[in-house]
Amino acid sequence: MSPIDAVHSAPIADTVVTPRFKRRLFRHVKERVIESILLLLALVAVATTVAIVAILVHESAGFFEEVSLREFLTGTVWSPLFENPRYGVLPLVSGTVTVAGIALAVALPLGTITAIYLSEFAPHWVRETVKPILELLEAVPGVVFGYFALLLLTPLLQDTLLPGLPGFNMLAPALVIGVMIVPYVASVSEDAMRAVPMSMREGSYAMGATRLQTAVRVVTPAATSGIVAAYVLAASRAVGETMVVAIAAGLQPNFTFNPMEQAATITAYIVQVSQGDLPHGSLGYQSIFAVGLTLALMTLGFNIAGHWLRKRFREVY
Amino acid sequence: MVTDQMATNLARLNVPPSVATSQEMTGTLKAEAQNLNFYYGGFHALKNTNLPVYERKVTALIGPSGCGKSTFLRCFNRMHDLYPGNRYEGRIMLYPDQINLLDPTVDPIEVRMRISMVFQKPNPFPKSIYENVAYGLRVRGEHNRGRIAKNVEQALRSAALWDEVKDRLDEPAFNLSGGQQQRVCIARALATDPEILLFDEPTSALDPIATASIEQLISDLKERVTILIVTHNLQQAVRVSDYTAYMYLGELIEFGLTNNLFIKPEKKQTEDYLTGRFG
Amino acid sequence: MDPRLAELRALIARHKWNDHLFARLGLVCTMIAVLMLFAAILDLFLDGYQRLDGTFLTSYPSRHPERAGILSSWVGSAVVMLVTMVSAVPLGVGAAIYLEEYADKNWLTNLIELNVTNLAGVPSIIYGLLALGLFVHMLGLGETILSAGLALALMILPMIIVATRESLRAVPVHIREAAYALGATRWRMISDHLLPYSMGGIMTGVIIGMARAIGETTPLITIGALTFIAFLPPPPITAEPPFLSVDWLMSPFTVLPIQMFNWISRPESAFHVNAAAAGVVLMIMTLLMNGFAIYLRYQIRKKIKW
Repeated sequence: MSPIDAVHSAPIADTVVTPRFKRRLFRHVKERVIESILLLLALVAVATTVAIVAILVHESAGFFEEVSLREFLTGTVWSPLFENPRYGVLPLVSGTVTVAGIALAVALPLGTITAIYLSEFAPHWVRETVKPILELLEAVPGVVFGYFALLLLTPLLQDTLLPGLPGFNMLAPALVIGVMIVPYVASVSEDAMRAVPMSMREGSYAMGATRLQTAVRVVTPAATSGIVAAYVLAASRAVGETMVVAIAAGLQPNFTFNPMEQAATITAYIVQVSQGDLPHGSLGYQSIFAVGLTLALMTLGFNIAGHWLRKRFREVY
Repeated sequence: MVTDQMATNLARLNVPPSVATSQEMTGTLKAEAQNLNFYYGGFHALKNTNLPVYERKVTALIGPSGCGKSTFLRCFNRMHDLYPGNRYEGRIMLYPDQINLLDPTVDPIEVRMRISMVFQKPNPFPKSIYENVAYGLRVRGEHNRGRIAKNVEQALRSAALWDEVKDRLDEPAFNLSGGQQQRVCIARALATDPEILLFDEPTSALDPIATASIEQLISDLKERVTILIVTHNLQQAVRVSDYTAYMYLGELIEFGLTNNLFIKPEKKQTEDYLTGRFG
Repeated sequence: MDPRLAELRALIARHKWNDHLFARLGLVCTMIAVLMLFAAILDLFLDGYQRLDGTFLTSYPSRHPERAGILSSWVGSAVVMLVTMVSAVPLGVGAAIYLEEYADKNWLTNLIELNVTNLAGVPSIIYGLLALGLFVHMLGLGETILSAGLALALMILPMIIVATRESLRAVPVHIREAAYALGATRWRMISDHLLPYSMGGIMTGVIIGMARAIGETTPLITIGALTFIAFLPPPPITAEPPFLSVDWLMSPFTVLPIQMFNWISRPESAFHVNAAAAGVVLMIMTLLMNGFAIYLRYQIRKKIKW
């Protein structure tokens, strides 16, 4: 209750409860109730994080009672569903790293150049047309791109550049994922570049700099913290993308960094297990949480690195 | 002859009477605006303006806000070319080359390399002090480290900043105070040895002490470079400039030696503005 | 001519050539992403258009590719989206109102904001594992429409919170002050003024979030969406009292993207045609939703002048 309410209402409340006081009290209580409900809703975000951590750790704990951390981290065979199950996560990690590495090698340069082009070079109408299209690209379901990678891009590569490419391979899905995450890199980087004040660009142009010199030497360094954020987002997307690899890379865990081979990523393995019917509590069931935890730790690592980098490059205009 | 009206003007503007002696308009022309018209889309922002700019002198542009003085200044290094819908008519001749700076065949980048600019608010780049000053050289493709270092030091000395920053050249320019940042921007403009230096209200974002040091710097710099300065501060125009042009509603009303213009303006409009009867 | 000037002009010509080259390169890079979008859509359409007819939309899946349809999966998608929307919108909008209008700058607020930011970057498969562990097993909701809707709701929650906060922030302070000056309580100010004025922006965020959810396969696979469902969930209205039933929430389900995934995974190419046709339907839904959101945002930008 606010001090003003208290001063005005307390003496009256002692003697007789007036309808006016009742109304005010009701209004006050209602406000507090609403605020508390809204706080509870906001706390769902915190609860979600806690639940993610709790579930992943809890189910993985069961897994690591059976499988030693050493075998998990150093084993090069992953076959939890076979007669003689082996639980070395390296094949899944190598698949994930290969696919994400190629995807980022495509997405970061393409996305950054696209962002510079849209922010500094493109005429107004091009920017206004391309940005919604890039947004649409972000919304295209992963299955659709999986179909595209398996049934259009792979045959295309087989017919043209790489006749020896197997039907399932890491290259095609990785390339598709790379282009898929270009919009994330481009839109976040472009926002950061557009936030660079015009006065800074004018300072550069006034020195006789060209557009490209201004973009590369002034705007990009000034937008570094936003660009780093875009890269972190892209890296998380690249390792977390599921359907494209599950469809087009094959589902065979394979300890290789050769993109021309088929392999499974962490995400693809989880999909493969989920399609079957593993009993709750079995080691196979728990294994998807253990690899899920590995994936979560990878993205957490990117985010920490990004946070640190952003702090280093934070600019105050 | 000092009339009553002149005496009042002098008192208002703190001009020491000794300065108020008449001088001849002399000197070599560095640049000249001839029948310059400028349009922002449909808006006619500059109307038939003519202005001589004398070599190694300071020329001030004064007038109420919105009179077109910044617009005029930005014509001299073609900053308006950065935005669509702007149009120039007429000429700005650069001497002794006799080039029309506004000619469509003249590259705005070349114009800006020869005519530098310092802005209203200090706008250093997110780089070190050293790299800020070296920027113009790098843009010109200069790779020789020794030459860059020499030019940076010279420019910082000319901008009266060398002693303050010589031990912290690698620090970000953002760490400096506002006045120091503006001097970094001046050093940046000086490092490439421009023929004309444009100042667009360079002290409007600074405190009085920083303002005084920038004004001193401008007075010193005219030994080396031709200066055109926009200011809304009449005292500043009196303190730093040799010539003054008064602009109003996109027209150049009067141009003359600063002392003459402030003490005995020829036009009634100028006198009204200077005596505060404007409006 | 002055030789130094000639040198300068040569340098500028080189620099401008670089500019020109980069402008071309930038256009090409931008077009790569745009072209892949069009190629993917065109590819789907060319492969699948022959299967797109009324019977495809009204048939259950089947072992015979030419008889299989997407009835159970589009109905499944629709009801899962319903659950997602009903749970994510109040949660997201409420959380955003709290963060934007009520929260003081303290550790709790910081913690919530940090969580919202981080959740936005969590891969969708992790949401699937969360839903599998929490909704399916711990809360015992099973592999049902309810679990699926809630999983997707949590996934799009950060998007809705961010979009709502942005549009609340766009309402200028003087509107708030005007309401307070008339004696409105904080909640009245929010419900009478803030929410109506920012409704367009909130809607845009919700639609984009829903468009993302409708195409999302991953979290639903982990909670055991089936791929062969030859029945519809029980209707929400029954003949006997109390006439309303929530049995449909507890029904097993499939959704469009999962049906499509299943057909892609078949070796027979006749099923690939079905997958393409299902993909076309899915793309039409996503594109319509996104197109509507873009249109809505354009309208808001054009109309609202504070």
